[in-house]
Amino acid sequence: MNLINDLKIVSMKTTREGFGEAMSFLAKKNKDVVVVTADLSESMKVDDLEKTFPEQFVQVGVAEQNMMGVSAGLAMSGKVPFAVSYAVFSPGRSWDQLRVSVCYSNANVKIIGGHTGLSVGPDGATHQALEDVAMTRVLPNLLVVVPADYEQAKKATLAIAEHRGPVYMRLTRPKTACFTTAGTPFEIGKAQILRKGADISVFACGPLVYEALLAAEEIKEKVDVEVINMHTIKPIDVEIVVRSAKKTGRVITFEEHQINGGLGGAIAEVLSENQPTKMVRMGMHDSFGESGEAKELLEKYGMNKDALIKEINNFIKING
Amino acid sequence: MEDLVEKSRKIRVEIIKMLAVAGSGHAAGAMGLADLFAALYFGGVLKYKSSDPSWNERDRLILSCGHYAPVWYASLALADFFSVEELSTLRKIDSRLQGHPVMQDLLKGSGHKQLPGVENTSGPLGQGVSIAVGMALAGKMDSLKCKYICVESDAEQQEGQTWEAYMSAAKYKLGNLWFLIDRNEIQISGNLSSVMPIEPLREKLSAFGLRVFDIDGNNHGEILSVFEKGKLFPDQPKAVIMRTIPGKGVSFIQSDYRWHGKAPTDEEAEKALWELK
Repeated sequence: MNLINDLKIVSMKTTREGFGEAMSFLAKKNKDVVVVTADLSESMKVDDLEKTFPEQFVQVGVAEQNMMGVSAGLAMSGKVPFAVSYAVFSPGRSWDQLRVSVCYSNANVKIIGGHTGLSVGPDGATHQALEDVAMTRVLPNLLVVVPADYEQAKKATLAIAEHRGPVYMRLTRPKTACFTTAGTPFEIGKAQILRKGADISVFACGPLVYEALLAAEEIKEKVDVEVINMHTIKPIDVEIVVRSAKKTGRVITFEEHQINGGLGGAIAEVLSENQPTKMVRMGMHDSFGESGEAKELLEKYGMNKDALIKEINNFIKING
Repeated sequence: MEDLVEKSRKIRVEIIKMLAVAGSGHAAGAMGLADLFAALYFGGVLKYKSSDPSWNERDRLILSCGHYAPVWYASLALADFFSVEELSTLRKIDSRLQGHPVMQDLLKGSGHKQLPGVENTSGPLGQGVSIAVGMALAGKMDSLKCKYICVESDAEQQEGQTWEAYMSAAKYKLGNLWFLIDRNEIQISGNLSSVMPIEPLREKLSAFGLRVFDIDGNNHGEILSVFEKGKLFPDQPKAVIMRTIPGKGVSFIQSDYRWHGKAPTDEEAEKALWELK
């Protein structure tokens, strides 16, 4: 999969930076690409595009419902709008508009939800989107993409621009490990086995994929862990999920999201229909987050390497 | 103008007929706007080619109050976008005439059958207003010469999104955009003044940066002339408060809020059609 050579030596960048850089590239290449934002151009890293291509930038102010509708209207007129905000506001607040104006119309709008997961940190629970995957993946016509790092966010941005139809893409706030490279492939809907293993399958998405890789490396003498990057939650890669579960017979899902309705929910649906497998869903257990540093929060709520290692050991101890 | 009176009558007749066959739907608003739709489609306000519904230079009509669908469908049929016979499939299974309008991107081949002439999807109030802003903005970006006409209900002014959309229309100086507001004073559970007053509407719209006109929405002459007056303000989005009589044309439907969300029975339809002769 062409990952970096040494997982321990990584540079740190944000997924939103990858998105912003890809957007400037796209805006230059295609005059119909338009960014629509609700007052968040700087923190969503589209401020460069705003300066360089002002005629392809629409600022609607703090009005996410209108942002979604305006984007639908632009798309129905041949533009390729990217509706950019924090996920708690959009799709959080703009879900009805996403459902009717965008998805029902199959309008070619790309919805970019930033600042997802607990790693938003000190702003607290109001700003930590932990439900966005659940609320988007039920919508017909909509694809759901969760890039794992900076480089993948760049590739995913280019890929969703090529796809004709609505897409939701989930981004994160803090700098996280850059472990994929320019040479790592990316294809919407194609899950990536980043590490082959025989004992247990860990399906992860977003920056937690890196934590899963670290965990697998750390316990490799005792447990042979398969790590799969589920960068596309919808359409989900049924074939890879089923094949891996069949091989290992043990499954853990790992995400910065509620365990209900997100990646964990999606994998449980696939397996219960195709390959019933004992599984554990790791993520947020039906509660809200709180203020704190990203690292502290991920530790407290069990979403880091150590928590995963503990869960893998438990799983094998209990279920053999 | 005589022709428009006749067209309006025909639109009303088709609305009554299709609602009676459908057995459900919204009568009052649609009937009240028959005069407006006659003026738009047959009075020279809208540029369109019914043989080429996606003609790029057409004027766009966006119906934001989706429950008014019957008046749109009847007008499109009478303007030859599809046959008048098809109106009887309203709200039925496999019909292109959905209960609320839908416009879908067909390139993916979802199997949906698109009704020609429909420009937008609507139902939840307020959404079409933002869509209209997006379309008008795209038209401005592409230097298209066409008009964007968004038809709204007065109760729709109670939605927050509507005002978000007005702000953005004014900010982007969308002089190609018209918001036509049906001021019929009824909504599903009563009159606006008791459910949630929206007055002083004119002042509110004006404060949001729109150029506001007041007209009698059942008067063809006033409808046609407002579009002439609007030309004097090429850089400002326009709002037209159209005072109309809900259910106009049928004595027992007229001005009664209980007909907001109701369709006539066969017997009522017969009586209504007799009145509309």
